[in-house]
Amino acid sequence: MIARLSPNAKTASLAGLLALSMVGLGFAAVPLYNLFCRVTGFGGTTQRYDPVAAAAEPQVLSQTISVRFDANVSPKLPWKFYPEHPTDTVSIGARDMAIFIAENASPHAVSGTASFNVTPDAAGKYFTKIQCFCFTEQRLEAGQQIRMPVLFFVDPKIMEDPDARDIQEITLSYTFHPVDEAKKAS
Amino acid sequence: MTDIAATAPAHGHADHAHDDHDHDTPGFFVRWFMSTNHKDIGTLYLIFAIFAGIVGGAISGMMRLELAHPGIQYLTGWAQFLDAGATEVQGKHMWNVLITAHGLIMVFFMVMPAMIGGFGNWFVPLMIGAPDMAFPRMNNVSFWLTFVAFIMLLGSSFVPGGSGQGAGTGWTVYAPLSTSGSVGPAVDMAIFSLHLAGAASILGAVNFITTIFNMRAPGMTLHKMPLFVWSILVTAFLLLLALPVLAAAITMLLTDRNFGTAFYDATGGGDPVLYQHLFWFFGHPEVYIMILPGFGIVSQIISTFSKKPVFGYLGMAYAMVAIGVVGFIVWAHHMFTVGMSVNLKMYFTAATMVIAVPTGIKIFSWIATMWGGSLSFKTPMVWAMGFIFMFTVGGVTGVVLANGGVDTVYHDTYYVVAHFHYVLSLGAVFSLFAGFYYWFPKMSGRMYNEFLGQLHFWVFFIGVNVMFFPQHFLGQQGMPRRYPDYAEAYAYWHLISSYGYVIMGVGMIFFFVNIGWSLFAGKKAVDNPWGEGATTLEWTLPSPPPFHQFNELPRIA
Repeated sequence: MIARLSPNAKTASLAGLLALSMVGLGFAAVPLYNLFCRVTGFGGTTQRYDPVAAAAEPQVLSQTISVRFDANVSPKLPWKFYPEHPTDTVSIGARDMAIFIAENASPHAVSGTASFNVTPDAAGKYFTKIQCFCFTEQRLEAGQQIRMPVLFFVDPKIMEDPDARDIQEITLSYTFHPVDEAKKAS
Repeated sequence: MTDIAATAPAHGHADHAHDDHDHDTPGFFVRWFMSTNHKDIGTLYLIFAIFAGIVGGAISGMMRLELAHPGIQYLTGWAQFLDAGATEVQGKHMWNVLITAHGLIMVFFMVMPAMIGGFGNWFVPLMIGAPDMAFPRMNNVSFWLTFVAFIMLLGSSFVPGGSGQGAGTGWTVYAPLSTSGSVGPAVDMAIFSLHLAGAASILGAVNFITTIFNMRAPGMTLHKMPLFVWSILVTAFLLLLALPVLAAAITMLLTDRNFGTAFYDATGGGDPVLYQHLFWFFGHPEVYIMILPGFGIVSQIISTFSKKPVFGYLGMAYAMVAIGVVGFIVWAHHMFTVGMSVNLKMYFTAATMVIAVPTGIKIFSWIATMWGGSLSFKTPMVWAMGFIFMFTVGGVTGVVLANGGVDTVYHDTYYVVAHFHYVLSLGAVFSLFAGFYYWFPKMSGRMYNEFLGQLHFWVFFIGVNVMFFPQHFLGQQGMPRRYPDYAEAYAYWHLISSYGYVIMGVGMIFFFVNIGWSLFAGKKAVDNPWGEGATTLEWTLPSPPPFHQFNELPRIA
C-alpha cells in the first residue's frame, strides 16, 4: 500500500508510524518494567519460588543471615498488623516461616492487600518466597484476628554475588493497603 | 560546511517583481490566521515565542523578587489575585505554580517554538532550496495547536489544583504529587496542554523530516546541507522518538487521576518511579531538542563571521547525530537518588560522560573555525561566542553532576539549577538571540541597530552571569531548588542573584527598543548583508524573501 503513495506521503507515513510505535513502547513500559523488576530484583523486589523451574532443593549453607520483619498499615485501613517476632536468624538456603498477625479493629469487614519489598535492594534477587499472604487479598471480618505465614528462604547464590554477599541483615517489609475494587494493579 | 555558493540563475533579482505585492498574497486574516506559508508561520512562531518568553520571564522576575530576601514576602498577596481568601498555604502553592509555569512555558512555548517552529520553518526550506514545507496545512495545524496549548496552560492557573489555584507540580509533573497530591482540574488542564503541544511538535517533526528528505534542491546532498538543517533533522527525529513516550506517560497520569488506574500508585501495585523513568526517557532527549538547533544556528554564524567554512563539517554533523543517539540512553542520571544499584549508577555516569565527547568536538570545531579566520564581531557573532562560553561553563558543571556519587549531594540543589540555566537559559537563549540578529535583516528586510544589539549583548551577558553564577555557590552550600524560603545563610548570594535579574531585564529593554526601532526606521537590508562569509541559500534571495521562492529550483554546485 505504501508503495503507491507519493514520496512525501510515504516519508510522512513512515515517520508517523515511528511516532505511533513509540507511543506503544511508552505504554508497553508498564508490563516491561514489572517484568524487569521481577527478573532482576530491582528496587528490592522479592522472588517467587517456582517448584517446576527449581532444579533441586537449594543447598543449605553454614552461614546465617538475620532477617528483620517490618509491618506497616496504610492510614486508610483500620487494621493492626505486626510480626510475631521482629527478627529471625536463618541459615542461608534453609526454609523458614515467619508469622504476621493482622487484626481488623473496625466494626465491619474489610479486605486488604499487601505491597512488599526487601532492603538492601541487592538482596531482592535472592530473597525467595515459597508462600506468602501477600500473594492474595486478605479479608477480615469485624474484630477478626488472623495469623498469616510467610514461607521463604535466602538463595545460596547470594554468596556468589559481590554486591550482595556481605549483607548481614535483610529487612522484609510489608504495607497493607485497603482493596479498592476500582484500583486493580495495572 | 561545504561551500554551497549556489548557481541560482539570476533568481534573486528576477523575482523582485514577485515580492510583497504579488497578486496571490492573501489578505490579512487569511494570511496570518489560515497561513500555509512557511515564512509566515515561522514569523507567527517567533512572535508567539517572544510573547511566551515575556510571560515566562516575568514569572522568573516574580520568583527572583520573592527570593531576594528570606521569608515569604509577596506570595500570599499574589495568590489573593487568583483567590481573594488565600492564606499563606495558598501563597506557598502559588510558588509551586510559578516554578511549574516558568519551566513549562520556557521549554514548550518559548525555546521550542522559537528554535524549531520559528527559525526551522523560516530557514530550513530556504537553506535546502525548497519552495515551502512538505505539508503547509499541517504546519498551520502545528502552530495553532501550540497556541491553544499555551492558552490551556495559562488557563490552568485559574482553577483549583490541590492546595491552591493552578498546577503546582513542577515541570516534571511527578506522581504522586501530580496524582493524589493535586485534586482539581488544574493538573488535568496542564496535562492536556502538554498533549496538545506534544502533538503539535510531532506533526512539525514529521513535516521537517519529509521536507528535508524529499525536497532538497538538485545537488543538495545530505552531506552538503547547511549544519542548521542537519540540526533540525536530528531534532525532528528526537521529537518523533521522545514525545510519544511523554504522551503515554502523562496519559497514564490522567487515568490514574480520573479513572482509578494505579500505574503510578504503589497501593494498587504500581510504582511512581516508573513515571520518573518514562518522563526522563522523554526529558533527556528534550534538553537536546532545545539545544541542537542552537548548535546549528551558532555553526552558521561562526562560519559567516569568520569568513571560513565550518571546521570539520562532517564531524560537526555526525557529532549532533551522536549526541541525539546517546541522549536516549542516559536518562536515569536525572534520578540517581531513587535507589539504584552501584552498577546502574556506574553505567549511567559513564554513558552521560560519553556525551561530553561529541559536544567537545563541536566546541573545538567552532574555535577551530574562528582560528585564523577573518573575524568581524557583529552582534550575531558576539552572541554566538557568548553561547560557546556559556555552554562550556554549563557543560563543565554537567560533567560534575554526571557523577552518581557527586549527584547524591547536589541532586535538587541550586547547583543543578545553575547548571541547566547555563546550558539552556544562557546557552539556548544566547543562540536564539544570535539567530534573531543574524536573520533579522533577512526576515524583516531591515537592518537592526548594531549599537543597541551590542549593548543588549553586554548588559544581558553581565546580568545572567550575576544571576546564575552565584547559584552554584548556593547549591554547594545546600540550598534546595523549588523552595520559596531559605535560611539566613543563603541570603547574600540570593540577593546578588536577584540583582542579576534586574540587570538582565534592563538588557531586554534594549532588545525590544531595537526591534521596534529597526522595524520602522532600520536601514533597508541588502540581499546578503554579511558578505562573502554567508554562503547559504537564503542569502541569494532578496531581503525579505518573496512570498513564494525558488519557483525555479536552484542548482547546487
